[in-house]
Amino acid sequence: MRGASQAKWVVAAVAVALAATACGSGGSSSGGSSNGAANAQGTFSYQSTEPQNPLQPANAMEVGGGRIIKTLFKGLVDYDPSNGELRNQVADKIETTDAQNYTVTLKSGWTFHDGTPVTAKSFVDAWNWSANTKNNQINSDWFSDIQGYADVHPDEGDPTATTMSGLKVVDDTHFTIALTGPVSYFEYKLGYTAFSPLPEVFFTDPAKYGQSPIGNGPYKFVSWEHNKAVTVAAYDKYAGIDKPKNGGIVFKNYSQAEGAYKDLVSDNLDVLDQVDPSDLASYKTDLGDRAVDQAQGAIQSISFSLYADDWKPANLAKVRQGLSMAIDRDTITKTVLNGSRQPANSWVAPGAMGYKDNTCGEYCTYNPEKAKQLVTEGGGVPGNKITVLYNADGGHKEWVDAVCNSIRQATGVECVGDPKPDFKSSRDLIKNKKVDGLMRTGWVQDYPLNANFLRDVYGTGAAANDAGYSSPEFDKLAAEADKATSVKETADLYQKAEEQLAKDMPAIPLWYYKTTAGYSKNVQNVKYDSFGDPVFTQVEVKQK
Amino acid sequence: MGRYVARRLLQMIPVFLGTVTIIFFMTRMLPGDPAAAMWGDKAADPAQLAAFKHDMGLDVSKWQQYLNYMGDLFTGDFGKTMNGRKVIDVIGEALPVTIRLALLAFVFELVVGIGIGLLAGLRRGKAFDKSTLVLTLLLISIPVPVLGFIFQNVFAIQLGWVTPTVQSSTNLGQLILPAVVLGSISLAYVARLTRTSIAENLKADYMRTAVAKGLPKRKVIGTHLLRNSMIPVVTFLGTDLGALMGGAIVTEGIFNVQGVGNSLYHAIGRSEGATVSGFVVVLVLVFLFASLLVDLLYAVLDPRIRYA
Repeated sequence: MRGASQAKWVVAAVAVALAATACGSGGSSSGGSSNGAANAQGTFSYQSTEPQNPLQPANAMEVGGGRIIKTLFKGLVDYDPSNGELRNQVADKIETTDAQNYTVTLKSGWTFHDGTPVTAKSFVDAWNWSANTKNNQINSDWFSDIQGYADVHPDEGDPTATTMSGLKVVDDTHFTIALTGPVSYFEYKLGYTAFSPLPEVFFTDPAKYGQSPIGNGPYKFVSWEHNKAVTVAAYDKYAGIDKPKNGGIVFKNYSQAEGAYKDLVSDNLDVLDQVDPSDLASYKTDLGDRAVDQAQGAIQSISFSLYADDWKPANLAKVRQGLSMAIDRDTITKTVLNGSRQPANSWVAPGAMGYKDNTCGEYCTYNPEKAKQLVTEGGGVPGNKITVLYNADGGHKEWVDAVCNSIRQATGVECVGDPKPDFKSSRDLIKNKKVDGLMRTGWVQDYPLNANFLRDVYGTGAAANDAGYSSPEFDKLAAEADKATSVKETADLYQKAEEQLAKDMPAIPLWYYKTTAGYSKNVQNVKYDSFGDPVFTQVEVKQK
Repeated sequence: MGRYVARRLLQMIPVFLGTVTIIFFMTRMLPGDPAAAMWGDKAADPAQLAAFKHDMGLDVSKWQQYLNYMGDLFTGDFGKTMNGRKVIDVIGEALPVTIRLALLAFVFELVVGIGIGLLAGLRRGKAFDKSTLVLTLLLISIPVPVLGFIFQNVFAIQLGWVTPTVQSSTNLGQLILPAVVLGSISLAYVARLTRTSIAENLKADYMRTAVAKGLPKRKVIGTHLLRNSMIPVVTFLGTDLGALMGGAIVTEGIFNVQGVGNSLYHAIGRSEGATVSGFVVVLVLVFLFASLLVDLLYAVLDPRIRYA
């Protein structure tokens, strides 16, 4: 076998060449016990992607930029990462008696990274600027609750004003907010990054600022090496309650999750965003107690195109409930999805305030006989065939096929996946209400409150109401909930609205997302919040 | 010669314009609205969407966009990416990285490919020749992602010689593994082309003459055999240099090299027409100049080929 030995020789030669040149470049040392001494100045790396937009708080919707913004800025309030509850940061107190007019009192001692103080004006100016259509901020509609929003952000044409009448600076530490109507959970919304303050220097040159932002958060901006990494360092004068336990973060770009995972396993990357699908089956054995598996505030569902002729008739609710019962969620999440999802039995993800277990009840429990019976009683599926539209670039094919199989076997209804090449083209069809049948839908929380999963997804005309669902009953209950005077009451009232969804079944809840991630041997105390982000300030870098 | 080069350069203009035009319309005809896609799962705010489109110059007809684009292109303005950077800057960052990677791959396939091909051609029918044929067939038939995956696992995870992904694109040592993966398929073609060409030319009259003259073996092979056998190989290598740069998408993805391939991949995903066209313009230029170089090299290799 001379041939074989020659082949071996070539491989060996390549290997030798690689070994000779690779010395000194790789090999970060590993080891240390799980609870070693921490180096407060140590920095760690995190799997990230190139921010899609300039780094401005109201301009970060996707995770790549959003996470970085979250470390650079801190608003009036944020959510306690351990339980999702609201806590004050820059705000000393936020008072209201009618859920419509708010008075905000700021703590003193907060400064931006350039040393200038954070004042009431920093907030009001930032919000006015961000809401203005002309300034092209992707999160501009977050300010739509505020009075005068229509002046700076008209439905069409140029803005007629530069400030919103609902915002008034009283003095350096006080300002007032007037909303167009009562929104009991407005405080919860205030935790969203779009509501962050901006320093004076921002307004002189926003474009330049977007490339090197100056915030007021636990970390200050160091550098943005485009397409490679964004580096931030702990801000020593940070006045918040979550002071960083590390020296900084390097948000390292990865174009493929597989590469990031391999870097993590070999300790070249410290904290992972998500384990890629191909490594899901083995990541717990690879990482041991450094593997993370916890609930996330996001849900996957399939929605019906209730606007299409086939699905308009009101009596089809039974059919929809039947189809939901025909899906074997337990088996699919365990096998096809490798346990990376948790079967859903309500429309709100656990961890969000107001989450109630099993609001979907028996309709989300697998029961082929009852499923078939309900579909028959409801008059059957139009044409006895359904399609499930999804984007082929997101790894959804496997579970859509599994869901279809489950439905076919349980009810005899013909079910096929309807893949569209990419996310954009599938969104185009969904957004323009051109789907006839079912479509993949999902929701990732903006803030951990059930209202966000219900009002913003199933309210009549809501921006994310892909199903075109419109229920007077649901809307009435939601409106009542919005008028409540406490967040707690709102959450309770929204649970009533959620019950209506079980009756109408505009969308079938499938499963909740989970954070399946992990960290390297160089760091410890890595925890994730319900947004699926690591609690950056808590990460401890081990002493070398 | 001078007139030939001038003519070739003039011929490049319509080719260049044609490709840029085609690419422009192809990228703009992709389904999905790039502005609306910025909102992800959420519905876009109509007023803000309109403002975005106006800002990005997407609110005019495709033809007007085309005229604007071409007009800007000739003043050296490649447009802007969505995160507010000049496309020319993005290209300026990514291009050197990919050039380094492609050149490494090129050198690898050139040296190793011609070397193996030469030896195999000289020993046609012998064991080395046969094993070369098997090995190259194997390389051609293994898809690049598989090869990359295997190399990554063997050399980085199991042997720990390198890091699984490239940590710094300026570190040539780290670039070797991706370069080997990138160049491996072309290496197989180069080896096979060289082998066939050598084996054929061995029987040529001028070879017999050279041997009969009593020239040393080194000279017979080096000057007479190799030089005459290089024409098909050079043709392949010329176009391959361009292909290496464009074809780095997969390899750069696996090894996380932030070069042209990676930037293109993201730009396509985000429907950033300006970025995609910008990169393609540069790649077209690379191809055009590489093929011009190949044609000029012919004359060097074979003096019978003359350019009037």
